[in-house]
Amino acid sequence: MIVADRKSLDEILGMVADKDKILILGCKGCVTVCNVGGLKEAEILAASIKIARKKEGTDIEIDTQALERQCDNEYVSQIKDSVADYQAVVSMACGVGPQFLSEMYPDHVFYPAVNTTFFGGAVQHGVWEERCAGCGTCGIHLFGGLCPIARCAKSLLHGPCGGSSNGICEVHKDTACIWDAIVKKKMETGHLEDLAAVKPFKDWRTARDGGPRRSIREELVKGNI
Amino acid sequence: MRLSYPADVKIIQVPCTGRVDIIHLLNALEDGADGVYVAGCLEGECHYLEGNYKARRKVEYVKKTLKELGIEPERVQMYNLSSAQGARFAEIANEMVQHITDLGPTPVR
Repeated sequence: MIVADRKSLDEILGMVADKDKILILGCKGCVTVCNVGGLKEAEILAASIKIARKKEGTDIEIDTQALERQCDNEYVSQIKDSVADYQAVVSMACGVGPQFLSEMYPDHVFYPAVNTTFFGGAVQHGVWEERCAGCGTCGIHLFGGLCPIARCAKSLLHGPCGGSSNGICEVHKDTACIWDAIVKKKMETGHLEDLAAVKPFKDWRTARDGGPRRSIREELVKGNI
Repeated sequence: MRLSYPADVKIIQVPCTGRVDIIHLLNALEDGADGVYVAGCLEGECHYLEGNYKARRKVEYVKKTLKELGIEPERVQMYNLSSAQGARFAEIANEMVQHITDLGPTPVR
């Protein structure tokens, strides 16, 4: 899923400082799963903003709602009759949400309430880790199921660098050296020689290096199948 | 026991403090409560195993939020006592009311 962190209340309060009627729009997709931008979090944010504004003596009217997803126009269109009632909409979706909203409602203002961080999963309750960099050319099977693109600080493809020490990456003491784990796994499974294979150059054009990407499924473009 | 506690305390009964949510605490403060406290069972003695631990974490979250908003986090508290501790209940109510009186009225009006 896409993982995000909520922005500080200070930052969000700054965004809506001159507004007195806003909508806080949650998303029932990834950000609900990572407990940052679902309906519950939208209501908590609304209450927090109201408390702050009441304290200042500048009341604010806030409605909350959560769309099924903010990355699909069919759901984004569900606020077409109400969006004009608000001076601004604070989106709690990942970075996709405020953009789909801005594209569908160009005359309205949308603010992001979260910082979108990475594609990952929960390794324990409350802790999420990055697992995928969306490079567009997946080769996880070549590395024992562990992605060096996303999980090596340098995205190295042929082994660890000199900064690997006792299984820890030099970038941060809490970051495992994924190459250390890849080599160990290959040794344990008796496939160490796999890593000696010369691999073709990775085509980085499918990653961000090739500019904004697009995925087209012709059969779906033509209609439902 | 005929124990008395301050009339300033408005009691909202829940089946377990695990039912109390962050939004309930925030809504109380938003609506002008000078302080809110959650009275849960003794730690380790929750009939539903961990409702009171969950409540404590929620109280901590609200304290953090209040701090971010420049409001005294002490306006929200968690207490643990058993249903047999009537005297302690009255004592906590007095303690909390005194604490909030010392802090003064809420800046959220």
